[in-house]
Amino acid sequence: MIANVGYFSLVLAFLVALYGASAAAYGERHGRLRYIESARHAMLLTWPLVTISALAIIWLLISGQYQIRYVASVTSNSMPAYLKVTALWGGQAGSLVFWSWLMAAFASAVGLRKWQRDRELLPWVIVVTMVTLAFFLGLVILVENPFTRLWLTPDGQQAIALFQPRGATPLIPSDGQGLNPLLRHPGMIIHPPTLYLGFVSFVVPYAFAIAALVTERTDDRWIRITRRWTLIAWLFLSLGLILGGRWAYDVLGWGGYWGWDPVEIAALLPWITGTAFLHSVMVQERKGMLKRWNMILIILTYALVIFGTFLTRSGILSSVHAFAQSAIGPLFFAFIGVTFVVSLSLLIKRWDDLKAENQLGSMVSREALFLYNNLFFMGILVVCFWGVIFPLISELFTGQKVTVGPPFYERANSPLGFGLLLLMAIAPLSVFGRTSWKLLGKALWKPLALSFLVPVFSALRGTTNLGALIGYWVISLITLVTLYEFWRGALARRQRHQESFPVALWKLTSRNRRRYGGYVIHLGVVLMLLGVIGIELFQAETQGALAQGEQLTLDRYTMIYESLTQFDTQDGRNVTRAVVSVYRDGEFVGELYPRQDFYYASQQPMTIPGIRSTLENDFYVLLVGWEPIGLGGATFKIYHNPLVNFLWIGGLILTLGTIIAAWPDREPEPITKLAKKQTVIARP
Amino acid sequence: MRKITLALSIMISVLTLLLLPGAVAAQGGEPTDDEVNAIAKQLYCPVCENVPLDVCPTQACAQWRGIIRQKLAEGWTEDQIKQYFVDQYGDRVLAAPPARGLNWLVYILPPAVFVIGAYVLVRAVRGWRQPPVTEEFFPISTPEDPYIVRLEQELQNRDR
Repeated sequence: MIANVGYFSLVLAFLVALYGASAAAYGERHGRLRYIESARHAMLLTWPLVTISALAIIWLLISGQYQIRYVASVTSNSMPAYLKVTALWGGQAGSLVFWSWLMAAFASAVGLRKWQRDRELLPWVIVVTMVTLAFFLGLVILVENPFTRLWLTPDGQQAIALFQPRGATPLIPSDGQGLNPLLRHPGMIIHPPTLYLGFVSFVVPYAFAIAALVTERTDDRWIRITRRWTLIAWLFLSLGLILGGRWAYDVLGWGGYWGWDPVEIAALLPWITGTAFLHSVMVQERKGMLKRWNMILIILTYALVIFGTFLTRSGILSSVHAFAQSAIGPLFFAFIGVTFVVSLSLLIKRWDDLKAENQLGSMVSREALFLYNNLFFMGILVVCFWGVIFPLISELFTGQKVTVGPPFYERANSPLGFGLLLLMAIAPLSVFGRTSWKLLGKALWKPLALSFLVPVFSALRGTTNLGALIGYWVISLITLVTLYEFWRGALARRQRHQESFPVALWKLTSRNRRRYGGYVIHLGVVLMLLGVIGIELFQAETQGALAQGEQLTLDRYTMIYESLTQFDTQDGRNVTRAVVSVYRDGEFVGELYPRQDFYYASQQPMTIPGIRSTLENDFYVLLVGWEPIGLGGATFKIYHNPLVNFLWIGGLILTLGTIIAAWPDREPEPITKLAKKQTVIARP
Repeated sequence: MRKITLALSIMISVLTLLLLPGAVAAQGGEPTDDEVNAIAKQLYCPVCENVPLDVCPTQACAQWRGIIRQKLAEGWTEDQIKQYFVDQYGDRVLAAPPARGLNWLVYILPPAVFVIGAYVLVRAVRGWRQPPVTEEFFPISTPEDPYIVRLEQELQNRDR
């Protein structure tokens, strides 16, 4: 019953979304306001409808209705209730519903917030969001239905169908297969929703861009309206990536946080174009340039969001065959292809209207530096995209499978990343318009000279790794320049307004949130870079088989193997858990408990590390193997990961910076009032 | 134009070379876990997607590590062992495709696109700094020496 309600609610939402898109387009084309208003109501209706459906799935998951195939595939009796709820995004069908739910929610938010002000653009925003929503709902209804049930046909075969086939009886398994063990970690519970929030929020600026193209509002209005959406989308996408890294570090048991896996890259691709977009829109706002390029970037971002959603769940890239066999693959690609072509042809149609209003002041002006920034981001995009799809191309043309792994990405992206970092150091000192080399040099030389102190000092202390020294140098330069910007601004304010330094700093930041929030993000990136240098260049590892009481030494750490126990848990795992004592410079610092969990239902082993974290480094122990009889000997792999925690701290600072930059401009005021006011001040 | 083509191709080749997998020094002697892992790290088994062999917890990968250990004990070099796995299972066991045949595309395309992108960017930037043809020949607002502007334009015309 509940399943039927959920299913019909989805079908209804699908129809309503299609209606909304058509009514909005018709109403706009023929100037029929009633249709536009009706389309808006349709858009607002999709969210409650998809909510009903999502709640139905959650109810089915919690109450263990194993006749529903999706429930049987992602939950089991032994799973705690909160995991059963999160199983909503634990499988493909459920996560598509979740995606649609977010899309409907964001579309509604757009429709509710500034309807009066953005009236001109909104009909086309409805068309774009509702077409996107209808596509996802269509996939759920026709291909990946979470409500299909298991049946037993009269000839003893198992069948999967939504409604009872003739003569079949319901097949109700007593237990489900349970959620993929990899997805049972807290990091994995919040990682997919954050990533999806990022993905879906990027649809909003894209929708406004398309609306601007259709309505010939080719000024920067669409950019101003969606600035916050873009920042929030970017924030969630960044957070999703960072949380994914943390999850990999804690659960995957390979001592790292990023493995250049196609699924990871799929989430990175829209982040790359999104970050480039965040930078280049500033040039359009300030100088009326790069209008076409910004359109291209947001169109690309949208295509990559859909591509990413598709890749992260389907695992389709493993081979051409997997792709050809899946029903969902060709549909996704058709959708990406059609929307891409339509968007581009709209852009070409308006190409001449999107001419730059200004000339480039100088080769080192802020806008020129933003251009170089975009070039590097596009370089990284090409590397990543090409690396992800090349195995498919190779298989298609030669039949030969290849792996494009970390060495390729690291070599190709390092110089490009370095270029970006250099720009990050220089750009804050450059201004829009006419910055001459001389002026830039004058602003740069002091921080530049100071920045060499850190690498020289660390070289004197024995660091010989050239990559690390260069990294330290660029980190120092960015930090100095960024802090100098804060200092200079606050000092100027203090003099002008007779404020104390902290007050001046606070007001400086809060009055120019976008700029200084951006700088805080840069500081976060720099800290993350420090963590990356630590783990990529200075990670040390060793492995050894130990008898009880024996020890393994790595750098300044010694680990003694104390004992090993094996036991079954309530939730269907067999746990093998070791106790090891850790000594640093001969001094006892604590015990760690690395373990391997074997999940009976899915027959999957999981290696959970024991980690001792300090600001300086992580000591990371993996239990690799053990002697099955007597549990006497065991093999451990240990890692020394210097500075890795700066990666997570940097992530927090990056989040803080984005919140500063995206913080609403005025004190909280009723939305309706705000909308009215803005109608008045809206630019023609 | 020929000069530009030459410069572009040189830049592409240099960037491509930077991308190619480097030569690896051979090792030998009594195999420790770390020596086995040093080789395993560079290999991927065909079953476990994108998990390097040194950290893969599955039985199959443990067997592969056993093979590496055995070969090391027999005195095989790192390259020989990697080649053994390539012969058995194909190029896909390597972390990056060997640069031959179609695989060259992996290494050539990104630098080529980047260089072309940079070229397009430079052209566009020059275009922006130049006034539209329909208007006055010399930009009114630029304080630069007309001689330099003209020189730049002539240079650009030569590039075309």
